[in-house]
Amino acid sequence: MSDVRQHAEDIHAQFSDHVDDTVDDIHERLTTLVDEYKVPIDEARRSVTTHYLEEAGLEREDISSGSSEAAKIEEIDEPEAWVDLTAKVIELWEPRSDSIAQVGLLGDPTGTIKFTKWAKSDLPSLDEGGVYTLRNVVTDEYQGRYSVKLNSTTVVEELDEEIEVGDDTSEIEGALVDMQSGSGLIKRCPEDDCTYVLQNGRCPDHGEVEGEFDLRIKGVVDDGLDAHEVIFDAEATQSLTGISLEEAKEMAMDALDTTVVADEIRDRVVGTYYRVEGPTFGRYVLADDVEELDGPVDGEQLLIKARSM
Amino acid sequence: MSQAQLTREVARRVFASEFNDSTYAFKESDDERAPNYALLPTGDRANRVFFVGTLTETEDVGDESEYWRGRVVDPTGTFFVYAGQYQPEAAAVLRDTEPPAYVAIVGKPRTYETDDGTVNVSVRPESIAVVDEATRDRWVLECAERTLDRIDAFREWEADQEAPESGSTVPTNEYAQMARERYEFPIENYRRDVIAALESLEQVEASA
Repeated sequence: MSDVRQHAEDIHAQFSDHVDDTVDDIHERLTTLVDEYKVPIDEARRSVTTHYLEEAGLEREDISSGSSEAAKIEEIDEPEAWVDLTAKVIELWEPRSDSIAQVGLLGDPTGTIKFTKWAKSDLPSLDEGGVYTLRNVVTDEYQGRYSVKLNSTTVVEELDEEIEVGDDTSEIEGALVDMQSGSGLIKRCPEDDCTYVLQNGRCPDHGEVEGEFDLRIKGVVDDGLDAHEVIFDAEATQSLTGISLEEAKEMAMDALDTTVVADEIRDRVVGTYYRVEGPTFGRYVLADDVEELDGPVDGEQLLIKARSM
Repeated sequence: MSQAQLTREVARRVFASEFNDSTYAFKESDDERAPNYALLPTGDRANRVFFVGTLTETEDVGDESEYWRGRVVDPTGTFFVYAGQYQPEAAAVLRDTEPPAYVAIVGKPRTYETDDGTVNVSVRPESIAVVDEATRDRWVLECAERTLDRIDAFREWEADQEAPESGSTVPTNEYAQMARERYEFPIENYRRDVIAALESLEQVEASA
């Protein structure tokens, strides 16, 4: 396929919902500029794109800059990427603004992600439980969590098939190889709905406050393939170390120093194997279910494999 | 956080015999702060390792300040661990632990060339923890599994190199390629070491 043809097809894909011109029509416009007027292809593409933007009454931001790629939900790890998703609408939420037509949760076998459909994008309505291919959606990020936005260039295709939806729960089996700062006995802001950890007695939102003690571990559980950052709350920390929040406070009081708690915890957990299960939040896994792996192991199956290789 | 958070480097599982053969070190960019990697002969890169073995000997080999060397033995060989004033916690564990003891170590591979041109590979520990036998056994099993996976991938890639016209879908394996260019160690050695390591687990069970 010639370059010009490829550009024509790209432009056609961007505008197929908005203008009636065929790929051939677009190709002809490009060819005229390139061959007759000797305009470089990039400039020709820009010119033709502008023409169709005007015709369709769109803004340049409304269309994708390049071609989007088929993606899995768990692969979405950057904002402002154009992707195609095949996903099921798990639930629809009440939009909180008139500018939003629909908002809810999409899922595919690899995970779930929030979606927003703008009112002005004028797209067909998505049904709860429906499975769709959504071409040309753009990713967004807020506080480490990703979402996708449907826009006026998005192509919605309903599929007559069922797909299995994976949850965002991770299960990791590996060694705890590091404990990060911010672990041990910490103080949180006491304001309602504020969960900030105080730095030198200060909350980023509420300034200097009388903090409330909490106990946690920010650890790295590593299985030799990936390093997972895991947060263990007070309950999980106690089940790992046997140290309760009350005991941690006593230890700190006796030593007149809160760091003794972190040191003691580190000694007990680093170098130990755990199975951790829990939801993913941003880059962290929240350890809902924790088990120390201290039972005997059986190498027989692996030995058979190694001998037969 | 002003700068983009770098992804934490994974801790590879590698037996001592393969680790000590990992004499080629490299960076993947010219950036001064770019991570250093040791090239594993089974075809992977390691910026960090995690291993569990028996601490058999510790010695302060420093001149003016303390510089502790520990020998940590696994079923295939010996890891050499060095900790000085910049690794105070790890140095303290080496100072205070009476061998023999099972230890779990997280650390970075380091290479240095001796006067006669031999390249030695050692570990600069980030942490050393005294652990139990069950943890050691679990590590041996896990390390065997990861090593076999690397050998599998290496061989698949190698077979694909020999029969490129078959149109196979084996992914490229840049570190297997690098290992074949840099090293002359037969991959088969590491499979034998895995078997020996797993057999050592079985024997312990049989005698228990």
